[in-house]
Amino acid sequence: MEEPLKQADVMKGTRKEEVLDIDHSPSLFKRGWMKTPVDIRPSMHCFAGEPARLKVVDFPNPRVWSAMDEDWKLPTNWKEIVMDAFKVRLDRFRTFKLFMDICVRCGACADKCQFFIGSADPKNMPVLRAELFRSVYRKNFTTAGKLLGPIAGARDLTIDVLKEWWYYLYQCSECRRCSVFCPYGIDMAEITIIGRELTNLIGLNIDWIAAPVAFCYKTGNHLGIQPHAYKSMLEFFQDEIEIVTGVRVEPSYNRKGAEILFITPSGDVFADPGTWTCMGYMILFHYLESLGLDITWSTYASEGGNFGLFTSHEMMKRLNSKMYAEAKRLGVKWILGGECGHMWRVVNQYMGTMNLDLAEGSNLEEPVSPITGTKFENTKSTKMVHICEFTADLIKHNKLKLDPSRNDNLKVTFHDSCNPARAMGLLEEPRYVIKNVCNNFYEMPPTTIREQTFCCGGGSGLNAGEDVELRMRGGLPRANAVKFVHEKYGVNMLSCICAIDRAVFPDLMRYWVPGVEVTGVHEMVANAMVLEGEKEKTVNLRNEPLAGTEESEDV
Amino acid sequence: MDLKNLLLRKKSPIVKKWCEVVLRTYPEGGQAFLKKKDRFGNPVGHTIAEGIESIFDELLQGTKSDKIPLFFDNILRLRAVQDFSPSKAVGFVFGLKKVIRKELGSKLLKDGTSEEWAAFESEIDGMGLLCFDIYTQCREKIFDIRIKALRNQSHRLLKMAGVAYDLPEDYELSEEDRDLKKAHANKSH
Repeated sequence: MEEPLKQADVMKGTRKEEVLDIDHSPSLFKRGWMKTPVDIRPSMHCFAGEPARLKVVDFPNPRVWSAMDEDWKLPTNWKEIVMDAFKVRLDRFRTFKLFMDICVRCGACADKCQFFIGSADPKNMPVLRAELFRSVYRKNFTTAGKLLGPIAGARDLTIDVLKEWWYYLYQCSECRRCSVFCPYGIDMAEITIIGRELTNLIGLNIDWIAAPVAFCYKTGNHLGIQPHAYKSMLEFFQDEIEIVTGVRVEPSYNRKGAEILFITPSGDVFADPGTWTCMGYMILFHYLESLGLDITWSTYASEGGNFGLFTSHEMMKRLNSKMYAEAKRLGVKWILGGECGHMWRVVNQYMGTMNLDLAEGSNLEEPVSPITGTKFENTKSTKMVHICEFTADLIKHNKLKLDPSRNDNLKVTFHDSCNPARAMGLLEEPRYVIKNVCNNFYEMPPTTIREQTFCCGGGSGLNAGEDVELRMRGGLPRANAVKFVHEKYGVNMLSCICAIDRAVFPDLMRYWVPGVEVTGVHEMVANAMVLEGEKEKTVNLRNEPLAGTEESEDV
Repeated sequence: MDLKNLLLRKKSPIVKKWCEVVLRTYPEGGQAFLKKKDRFGNPVGHTIAEGIESIFDELLQGTKSDKIPLFFDNILRLRAVQDFSPSKAVGFVFGLKKVIRKELGSKLLKDGTSEEWAAFESEIDGMGLLCFDIYTQCREKIFDIRIKALRNQSHRLLKMAGVAYDLPEDYELSEEDRDLKKAHANKSH
């Protein structure tokens, strides 16, 4: 007879003999992945969306539920809803249909996902994550699958399969690294996007996405910040900048008739270290005023990020519409965008075709730099320029007075944020800017940067407090490369051009590479800028002593 | 031949098998990948392979090595955020005993060697306790990160809502207090 478990063993979730059995190998996959049920673990998933968030935007099935509960409180006809929606999307998105059909399981993608690399969980291999969907596709939409079932890699959509979908849909950060290596160009992010769309139709989502969506819909930004609070935060930055530089900058808000509208993620306004990047933008704009820059901030289009991308195409479109609507209302000629990740995916890949009709009758035109006269032809269709392109152009034309030695306390490396790198090919501009504002720049190994860059681990809405272990695994390959340059060159600053990166990396570094801080590129730009009328600078925007000034204080 | 020399001669199979003990704790479908040699593409496998060999080398040096905790830290930092119970996360250390017993068999029972083996086993037990400390520190770091994130978030929101009062930003600290504050901040980092 089996010995009854003692309470202490139960508490630890393990039996004594298992503890001593060091050769223990988990049974996972001995029976094949299809027969291995999902094991939903705490700290590996996010909390469910609260009903109020869903009601605000008319999302289905608002209720209180948890992934740890047996009953997920689904509508009785959930299967019908999902399979109907599956069919609609197969017809609507040619890519989705192709991605369901063309994979030859070559395995090129298998070891490219940072969540697999960090966990060794085979269901995090992109090929297998996609198979979770393909198996249901085969069973319902292919003759072989209907006839042969599991032999043809087909299976029914059961409640356990649905739970598995949900669990792994939120372990993919839609970074698209795997797609770089796929010989067919299968884009796992698109499968995840559709998968999340399907599950949202029956009320399966996460609160870290549902809340920003609802807030963004109501107030224009993820945090639910109202216009007066947005303005007062920038006023606080004005004071900070004046203390450090002796110069008072004066941003304008919602100003009709301005030439350019500036839109940036709200994370830059409300969360360190993004706040220093935000101060960087403010200083840059102040500097350029005398050279002819005419720019305004908006407290309505107060968010560059778009968490609608992580729920459905329709919600992405709804949330994005404020950009052109505000540009039209203010009568600007073009839009300048701050350092953000998925915002640029939405802008570069969707906005032009999705919402450009909203710009009809507006003053929007092909962007031209008022300082250098450079035409940004690449943004002819969207009318929106990335601030790194804008600043790189200024530097190229020698329009900024820079003293890179002011950043000599930094040994900098650069993380290519997934979306600007892979969704818009913005690889050279940030590097060009950094090399002009810093004297010490070191690249991470080639297989970890540019198109092959690793995700921070928190993209696509995964930066919640409750799934920190998932993020530590997913962020491991990036942190490992940072650790390498930290140990080899003494790198102490990880720069990036994404607000999610700036939110995720400080904790990632604290765990994996203590001693490395995180910055946006325009924080370093502003610190290197020599301003008209500035006082003798002794500290940077973080109130840290500039290199060389510590010694002079001691003398 | 003394135990250290026996172990040195069998280093290659022992290290290989001890590594396998660690890798077998991962899902079967992921184990082949973890064996791939790629420092940046396979940081988990690389850290384990490098750590296990280095720890074994240091053990054979005989003197108290300050590098052993470092290599264990590298390995346990991974396992503290992977799907392991605490016992599973550190249990691989004791696997070394089993591996050595299988490799050296009756040679361990010979006069002289058996005493050395008993002492060596004690060293392995000591490493087990060390691993327990390191694993706990890693878990505490995770909890600390969670607490800090929550505190920063709620404090900022309270301040923004005008609920929480904050001391003026220009509140002057003495130089001594400033240094102390900096030292505390560095420690908690």
